[in-house]
Amino acid sequence: MSPDLLSFDHPLTRLVVGLLCVFAFVGLNGLVLVWVERKVAGHVQLRPGPLHVGPYGLLQPIVDAVKLVGKQLAMPAGADKYLYWAAPLLAFAPVTVCFLPLPFDPDLAPMRLNIGLVLILAFSGLGVLSLILAGWGSNNKWGLLGAARAVAQSVAYEVPLLLAVMSVAITAGSLDLYEITGKQGGWPWQWYGVQNPLAFFIFLVCAVAETNRAPFDLPEAESELTAGFHTEYSGMGFGLFFLAEYANMIVVSGVAAALFLGGWQGPFLSGILWFLVKVYAILLLMIWMRWTYPRVRFDQLLNLSWKWLTPLAIIDLALVVIIKGIGG
Amino acid sequence: MSVSALFEEACTGLKSLFVGLGITGKAFCQPQVTVIYPKQEVDNLSTFRGHVELVGKEDDPSVPRCVACGACVKACPSDCLTILCPVPAKEGEQDAPVAMGPAPQKGSKTPGAVIVDFSLCSLCGQCAKTCPVDSLRFSDNPYMVALDRKEFRIDLMARLKRQAEEE
Repeated sequence: MSPDLLSFDHPLTRLVVGLLCVFAFVGLNGLVLVWVERKVAGHVQLRPGPLHVGPYGLLQPIVDAVKLVGKQLAMPAGADKYLYWAAPLLAFAPVTVCFLPLPFDPDLAPMRLNIGLVLILAFSGLGVLSLILAGWGSNNKWGLLGAARAVAQSVAYEVPLLLAVMSVAITAGSLDLYEITGKQGGWPWQWYGVQNPLAFFIFLVCAVAETNRAPFDLPEAESELTAGFHTEYSGMGFGLFFLAEYANMIVVSGVAAALFLGGWQGPFLSGILWFLVKVYAILLLMIWMRWTYPRVRFDQLLNLSWKWLTPLAIIDLALVVIIKGIGG
Repeated sequence: MSVSALFEEACTGLKSLFVGLGITGKAFCQPQVTVIYPKQEVDNLSTFRGHVELVGKEDDPSVPRCVACGACVKACPSDCLTILCPVPAKEGEQDAPVAMGPAPQKGSKTPGAVIVDFSLCSLCGQCAKTCPVDSLRFSDNPYMVALDRKEFRIDLMARLKRQAEEE
């Protein structure tokens, strides 16, 4: 081993340390988010939520995780063995990569890329592949229907999402998340989300749809498809899908915070704190929305994307280009 | 649909989204209604519908107000109630032991036995509603358990006597 590899400047060392931190971050946040989700759900419905395990039920997600790990991994008869087990891994692995270019802090960069945004979009696009494999490999009609829905939804919502992101990238003139964040200021009127609220709105709606969260949780609609693509998964197979969903939520919230809310910038607090505050504000909004809105019908879902969000995103992009062209 | 109508619809839809968030947001801040049972208990047990019980007379709480008319037995859709009264003796059989028969019986204004089979009861309350002298009401013990279904055949006269003694 060359001594170079041990120094923190070596890209491989940085990558490994960064990945380890990301795993820890994802695991911890998964636990916290499950607790927050259940507490919010409870309070919205005038219930207390988890209460008995630990103070305020704080240890409930840990107990649930232990239960999940301890469960038997079952596979239905006639399922495709390789696809079936590859799917949960494939759901979780790309998400962790998405954390690497996230701008937590100007000094905290696991992997600083000048095309960080493209990396995140590319790898989050991989997520839908795991849903297809899970649905196809399970040999289950609900799974297959869920997978088919996931594809249609993903195709429909990636278009306006990319257009919204593009309008910000054009405004900032960069695909580097650090640079885009750096071009905004610490105060709300300096944020792209306030200067370009339409793109922010489109991004938020698409982010909810891309992460398969209610009201757009059609691939796993409980009341229609049992659990959609992860109907047949037990134990940690399901656990990985679950963790991937929450990790995905954190990624899109992180991207939204960096693109639209000025990322780490803000008065008084330190950089990473501001970033986490903004990420959690968006996460709370997503959780709040989940317990407010009923699930949309599938044609409504596609109508919203193709007839509203995509044209609006194109108009927004055109306006941004014109303004940028006039302003130089 | 014209374009303006389309946008109008979208606007109302958007507005309703915020209204919805407001409603759940308000609910989030409201106090919870859940009663965490072993630690807390509800305070309106008087509204609880347990099995029916007899109501005693005001001057003598151990004697039911019941006049043994049998209206409750007729009203019960599940045949839970049994009211027994002494059958009037026939001519020439005055010395024979008194037989008990279903109410109403001629000359009998008080029940000999009132039995409810709670395992059949659907708590509809028709018996209490029909009673002309308001002699039936719901009991309020939510903690009733039994290991044997026979224990759900409850002798209401004995129960009333016990309650009167306890008071």
